Amino acid sequence: MGKYIVKRVIAAVITLLVLITVVFFLVRLMPGEPFTSEKLNPIVKENMIKYYGFDKPLIVQYFQYLGNLLHGNLGYSMKFTNKTVNYIIGSTFPYSADLGLRALAIALAFGLLLGILAALNRGNKLDVFCVILAIIGTSIPDFIMGAFLQLVFGIKLKWLPVAQYTDFKHTILPSLSLAFYTMASVSRTMRASMLEVVQQDYIKTARAKGLSNLRITWKHQIRNAIMPVITIMGPTVAAVLTGTFVIESMYAVPGMGKYYVDSTNNNDYSMILGMTVFYGAFLIFCNLLVDILYGVVDPRVRVGK
Amino acid sequence: MAENTNREKILELKNVVYSFHTYGGIVKAVRDVSFNLYQGEILGIVGESGCGKSVTAQCIMRLNPEPPGFFSSGEILYKGKDVCKMNHKELMELRGTEIGFIFQDPMTSLNPTMRVGKQIEEVFLHHKGMSAEEKKKRAIEVMQKVGISDAERRYKQYPHELSGGMKQRVMIAMALVGNPSVIICDEPTTSLDVTIEAQILELLLRLRKEFNTSIIMITHDLGVIAKLCDRVLVMYGGKIVERGKVQDIFYKTAHPYTQGLMNSIAGLETARDEKLSPIEGTPPDLFSPPKGCPFAARCEYAMKVCNKYPPARVQLTEEHSTSCWLTHELAPKQDLRSRNEKKKEALAARKTAEEKAGKKADSTDSKQEEAAGV
Repeated sequence: MGKYIVKRVIAAVITLLVLITVVFFLVRLMPGEPFTSEKLNPIVKENMIKYYGFDKPLIVQYFQYLGNLLHGNLGYSMKFTNKTVNYIIGSTFPYSADLGLRALAIALAFGLLLGILAALNRGNKLDVFCVILAIIGTSIPDFIMGAFLQLVFGIKLKWLPVAQYTDFKHTILPSLSLAFYTMASVSRTMRASMLEVVQQDYIKTARAKGLSNLRITWKHQIRNAIMPVITIMGPTVAAVLTGTFVIESMYAVPGMGKYYVDSTNNNDYSMILGMTVFYGAFLIFCNLLVDILYGVVDPRVRVGK
Repeated sequence: MAENTNREKILELKNVVYSFHTYGGIVKAVRDVSFNLYQGEILGIVGESGCGKSVTAQCIMRLNPEPPGFFSSGEILYKGKDVCKMNHKELMELRGTEIGFIFQDPMTSLNPTMRVGKQIEEVFLHHKGMSAEEKKKRAIEVMQKVGISDAERRYKQYPHELSGGMKQRVMIAMALVGNPSVIICDEPTTSLDVTIEAQILELLLRLRKEFNTSIIMITHDLGVIAKLCDRVLVMYGGKIVERGKVQDIFYKTAHPYTQGLMNSIAGLETARDEKLSPIEGTPPDLFSPPKGCPFAARCEYAMKVCNKYPPARVQLTEEHSTSCWLTHELAPKQDLRSRNEKKKEALAARKTAEEKAGKKADSTDSKQEEAAGV
């Protein structure tokens, strides 16, 4: 197992390096530059260009960036010039992660539960309800879902606040809006997988052993059916935890989502790169976690002794 | 059946009719099947794919998914209790501990995410009095009994770490561990190679000897039947067409379908250039089974009556019976074996004729040589 993880980490470092290289040069190919404000004094602008090292050849800048990255330094933002990228990520990621974790917990708990119940009651009203919910969840975009929840629970019923992210009450609506899509896709995947597993010969073997239905579902069906859900969880976790632009701006959550979009609009090179590296590293980490989790659930994919 | 009365009847199927609801209508998979199983006997059920043998076997433990499957009529008496009327709890007690089931494909019949030892132990799940250690001890004992070497280590392994033969042994251990009175084997050796098959069959024979377990052996392999069984049921189109002792079935074949099965396998005496004769045609459509004898459409002896009325079961000897109109007193006398034999004789005759012709040619050659020598 240790050898496997080392291998995966090396592969991850190479992937990250490729990612950084591609993004670094792509960003420079974008039209425009960071300091385009008309109010900017030409001398100040020249100083800033010197300060950020834009006067040096691109390849030198590239290795300088890599060198800084080795020290964990993502550089200063070019838009918010008094803040480092590390500081911005450090201060916004906890909010995004907090919101994301709540959403994930809701999505997994209800998604799995609905998927399992739907599969066990195949063809019944409960199944139809779950399937409809899954279709709604996967086909309605999050900004409509978010606005709808704000309208119903925030404005009409006045049960919950519509914005800010302070105490528990404020977290409910944004987590629900964010969870809805993931919940729907988890329940759909789980239902399909459960129905496939129930056809397997080993379920019949379990019945022939005189086990109760509960035991068969719990011990034989769910564990084998959960694999496809784990597969979709890797990228989903990364995407949900690192913040989403729409939900965060709708509910005024001070998370990372806003900075993704703003950094590209502002040509904020170091910010774009920093965000990409952070997201890429996080995604790779989540996928590694998923691969390890496979081995825990299914002994057949356990590698090396 | 005089001989049978002093043996203990353990399982009795009476006029069982079992069907499935499907989108295309109702499939009548088992049509009026009755038979008995006695203590300590090995009963073979033979027939081609789709003849209802597996469904019959799974009926006994109610393993067919219900719905779509359902009993139209009949009773299945296990030690006097009707399985068809059992509730879920009674069925749980029946399965595993009273009747064990060995499935066809050991590759897919074991849960891939559970250690094999645990899978064997699960049979004891509702035995509350047993400690974990006792269960483990029992499981390892049974594993050793079915010929799993190094059982302590295997106990902790997962199915994918075992070979096909080992997996089937695990399946057998699972069927045995609850000390059942009956073991139903649904083509247990179909997916195994012949050397493993021989070992598994031997194992089953040994178990019968040791525990006096009754075994129902479902197969389409007449070789397995010959090696293992005491009595045989031949099924066709959801019905039993012939039944009897192994000797009766093999040497006093009374039903054309049984004879057809025999003709389609190669024996040791089959010559290299001899063609096997398969049974032409396909099994009947069980959505709308034929009115008369199910085999009539494919039978080379079929008469008018065969298509119109189902043949009654006729007792030939105490244990040997068949359902075929040929046994009727008005039917023309047909000797099923002799027709096959005749074919063989004709073939042999042709061969000797050819050989003679060859010898003649040889002798004329030698005469010529002699002449040349002179």
